[in-house]
Amino acid sequence: MTAVRIGCGSSYAEDRVEPAAALVEHGELDVLSLDCLAERTLTHAQLRRLADPSTGYDLRLDRLVAEVVTRCLDHGTRFVANLGAANPVGAAERTCELLARLGRSGARVAVVTGDDVLDRLGTFDDGSHATAVSANAYLGAAPIVEALERGADVVIGGRIADASLFLGPLAHAHGWGSDAWDVLAAGQTVGHLLECGTYLTGGNWHDPPVRTVARPWDLGMPFADVEADGTAVLSKLSGTGGLLTVDTCKAQLTYEIGDPSAYLTPDVVVDLTGVRLEQVGPDRVRVSGAAGRPAPATLKVLVGSSEGHLGEAEVSFAGLGAAERAQAAAELVRCRLEQSGVVPDELRVDRVGVDASYGPATPPPAVEPFEVRLRVAARSGDRSTVDQVLAEVDALYMYGPAGAGGVRRDVRPVLGLDTCFVPRDEVHPTVTVLEVA
Amino acid sequence: MPATVPLRELAFARSGDKGDTSNVAVIPYDEALFDHVASQVTTERVAALFAGLVHGPVRRYELPGIKALNFVMERALGGGVSRTLALDAHGKAYANLVLTLEVDAPPAPEGHGEEHGR
Repeated sequence: MTAVRIGCGSSYAEDRVEPAAALVEHGELDVLSLDCLAERTLTHAQLRRLADPSTGYDLRLDRLVAEVVTRCLDHGTRFVANLGAANPVGAAERTCELLARLGRSGARVAVVTGDDVLDRLGTFDDGSHATAVSANAYLGAAPIVEALERGADVVIGGRIADASLFLGPLAHAHGWGSDAWDVLAAGQTVGHLLECGTYLTGGNWHDPPVRTVARPWDLGMPFADVEADGTAVLSKLSGTGGLLTVDTCKAQLTYEIGDPSAYLTPDVVVDLTGVRLEQVGPDRVRVSGAAGRPAPATLKVLVGSSEGHLGEAEVSFAGLGAAERAQAAAELVRCRLEQSGVVPDELRVDRVGVDASYGPATPPPAVEPFEVRLRVAARSGDRSTVDQVLAEVDALYMYGPAGAGGVRRDVRPVLGLDTCFVPRDEVHPTVTVLEVA
Repeated sequence: MPATVPLRELAFARSGDKGDTSNVAVIPYDEALFDHVASQVTTERVAALFAGLVHGPVRRYELPGIKALNFVMERALGGGVSRTLALDAHGKAYANLVLTLEVDAPPAPEGHGEEHGR
């Protein structure tokens, strides 16, 4: 088997559609995989589904079908995505409906279900999530392999693990066995490098003067040519902005990992300590050296519980003494809340421009800031408590220190996420193949 | 040559989040400086830097194949991205705090930042 070319078409739920379309159009891909989920975005999808059970899948679905899936069908590129989010069946049905309208009769759309384990949470949970409203297990590559074996052009799942979206098509194309640990680890490593899209090609990188990125407004999505032994060359479309170097690959390889000798995935435990990266051309990096051990006996489950509402309000102070007036305003708000007996579950006060990013770990400022934005955030099971906190910030217009301006307020529901682990044989991924009418 | 330099001149960093755990990788531009950076950017110094912001243990791991350090910090993100009251819910900026560390200048002249603006 020659090398398989797999590209990344999305790194999160709101990623741009155009770079994915360009990659399919010009990249000569065998597969395009799209990671559309993270903890934050799965939460948002679950909240949408709770409000309206027909929703809960990726908000870009219609555009992705029109601009990317159709191109994949034209180029013989398989499309694999976890854009089903909280509602994979709804996403697959909508995809079929749109493809039918676009005259794509006969296209095969596979939907992977089984990540939703809420109805059985009580059987393997310690009881601490009795009020859970969502529970999604991280599925691995196996259902993707099955879907592709059954001739799917498009594979749509929910909480399929990010890198497994890439390992699945590679395992299918190269015929990797489910216990071929070293090549599975190599495939997961390639998937991990690709899953964050532009993090590999110049996103989250520009930091002049020590690092600069050319044409950062036109970053390309990465792809990889993956050999049967799991070694791969990572690259991006020529003509796109950004860069793909050993250093950008190092940054992505270490992104969101714990112990690098035991990177846990649903498919294999990956040892990243021996991974090597080599620049083999402009914007071309060769990756090799991952090692694998048998997959964990358990799968990770994200459990979502309703935790009320989170609100934030901000107000600006500028000019001489801005930081001091912001501090005085913070104290005023605290006193008002105490006076009126408003006690949120958690309250946080930041001075944006001074200490919002690092809180108590903030180094002393070198110069007095000329402009500071006071930010007050609160979370409570009781919505009116949150509203009262924000009202106190609003009242700074009339009762606060001099020059309080530009109040903005926002309240949203909180679906708090916790992690638990379930025996993997308790989770049953199911593949259903639909044919576009 | 100054006795110390900000870590930003010798290394880059990236932070990630999983639940309430943050990881920050510290990676020297020049692989030959890995041992020097590793000797300077200790678990103790990173834990002290994040005191008050990180409430759990800090562990350091090494990736010898790519000459990188990985710091894993628990109870670091206000309960995690789903519920934290922090503005930067993911701790994307944590990497930049590590790069403020003042470290001994490297023994050899190579490794300064201006060589890396490619």
